[in-house]
Amino acid sequence: MLRLPAFEYLAPRTLEEAARMLAEAGAAALPVAGGTDLFPNMKRRQMEPRVLVGLRGVAEMTQLSGSAAQGWRLGAGITLARLAAHPELRQSYPAVALAAESVATPTLRNMGTVGGNLCVDTRCNYYNQSYEWRRAIGFCMKRDGDICLVAPSSPRCWAVSSCDTAPALMALGASVRLVSAREERVIALRELYRDDGIDYLALKPGEILSEIMLPPADGWRSTYRKLRRRGSFDFPILGVAVALRIGADAIVEQARVCLAAAASHPLEAVKAAEMLAGKKLQPDVIAAVANEIFRVAKPVDNSDLTLSYRKRMARVLVERALRDLAEAAASGRNGQAPGA
Amino acid sequence: MKSLITLQVNGETQEVLAPVHKTLLEVLREELGLTGTKHGCELGECGTCTVLIDGTPALSCLTLAVEAQGREITTVEGLADGPAAHPLQTAFAELGASQCGYCSPGMLMAASALLRHNASPSREEITGWLAGNLCRCTGYLKIIEAVELAAARMRRAGAPAQRTPNAAQAAR
Ligand SMILES: Cc1cc2nc3c(=O)[nH]c(=O)nc-3n(C[C@H](O)[C@H](O)[C@H](O)COP(=O)(O)OP(=O)(O)OC[C@H]3O[C@@H](n4cnc5c(N)ncnc54)[C@H](O)[C@@H]3O)c2cc1C
Ligand code: SF4
Ligand code: FES
Ligand code: FES
Repeated sequence: MLRLPAFEYLAPRTLEEAARMLAEAGAAALPVAGGTDLFPNMKRRQMEPRVLVGLRGVAEMTQLSGSAAQGWRLGAGITLARLAAHPELRQSYPAVALAAESVATPTLRNMGTVGGNLCVDTRCNYYNQSYEWRRAIGFCMKRDGDICLVAPSSPRCWAVSSCDTAPALMALGASVRLVSAREERVIALRELYRDDGIDYLALKPGEILSEIMLPPADGWRSTYRKLRRRGSFDFPILGVAVALRIGADAIVEQARVCLAAAASHPLEAVKAAEMLAGKKLQPDVIAAVANEIFRVAKPVDNSDLTLSYRKRMARVLVERALRDLAEAAASGRNGQAPGA
Repeated sequence: MKSLITLQVNGETQEVLAPVHKTLLEVLREELGLTGTKHGCELGECGTCTVLIDGTPALSCLTLAVEAQGREITTVEGLADGPAAHPLQTAFAELGASQCGYCSPGMLMAASALLRHNASPSREEITGWLAGNLCRCTGYLKIIEAVELAAARMRRAGAPAQRTPNAAQAAR
């Protein structure tokens, strides 16, 4: 049996209590929501917190309210299954529903939360292995060692941001509320991330991500496409979220394109978005944007399938996503599309 | 740190003294002797440890026993109604949907939740719902056919898709 290391478990009932418990336990403590990322990491001895603060009893983190006109507030503790099944969200923010329903498996989506998903650990073939495996091959700097096994001369870790919902929420302009015993702040979701495989989150010690705010849907159409080996279970080895506001004359007024698993953070392709603004979604525009995405997607040789395939698929997925949205706009729908 | 953990398993209240870092899978198998629930990867990657928590499929290998307190846990041992196998179990046996059988407890639990939620699932709905359960033997087709057969029989019998463990208990 792969067993968890020992820890003390605390079960707060309110956010305030949770923040206080985290502050009191200090660096030895971690919050746990669904545990679907943290517990495997603990079983592999990648994380050994001495105290766990369980968030599942915090009722205020499971609220979900809003409308397409006013925007939505999503409690960080809502499960991915609940998020994916919400009819109004699916209608007005399809990228979020498509991303949520592409995570892991149906059973894991019953357990995993959207807050835990946004904080999910970065991944690497040399890291997501048992303790014995990592010891045998030699530890890397992400845990227990001091070099990178993928890029041995590199001073940093290139583990891949493997979260599906972050690019979708980022493309739709989401922000997040962070609460600690000392302060409360709201930041744009993109500011939650850092381009580093080890320190991938800009959370301050003891901060809890309590909710996600989506701005009004306001004419935005969106979609998410994901690349992986199997149609279930697998983390993204590439994901493309596109959100567009298309005017009555079929001209793109505003665009955001964000990639999953193309860097150590969810990658916002700013130039690609600029290239879309003011244009119609004609084949030449789509091809130019796809080339730009091919340029910025710089996968590293540390996840499934080959590097060059993943890079080439960035072009293909963004083309498909843009065509989905062009068709959707032409027929007056939002960007509903089947998975990649 | 050991703590007294009170669980509702298959309609019965169980008390165990176990460390808080024990998973529900460990407590079910090692403390309660309910070895029907299997352990495979123990990392969320196979689905054989699936149980129902308040009627929803969940992985017992990634659930702490302390976090399952106050909730209704159903394992494969709670699926049959006394000596009468659940229609899913009968169909799995008849159609060869269980070969080595290692995935079967998880498949049965996930499928039983599906049939309670939807009495006539399409093939697509069945594969979608069971997409968190791996099987190395059957190639899945027999499993899907067994779920379809059980669903059809249950619709004909007009039986509730799954008796709640408490009702099963009372009927005994
Ligand atoms: C087989 C398998 C396949 C998977 N496939 C995918 C996939 O395809 N795509 C994907 O994105 N993920 C995938 N996952 C990872 C995981 O299941 C999801 O990311 C899930 O949403 C994590 O949520 P959780 O609530 O279980 O997080 P937890 O495991 O509880 O927490 C994850 C991390 O976030 C921290 N945390 C949790 N909640 C908060 C909070 N509110 N504030 C601050 N920190 C917090 C925890 O301390 C921990 O470090 C997979 C996991 C498995 C086991
Ligand atoms: S990218 Fe390098 S340092 Fe980071 S987890 Fe992989 S091998 Fe380790
Ligand atoms: S043993 Fe739980 S998913 Fe494999
Ligand atoms: S019957 Fe052997 S794993 Fe499914």
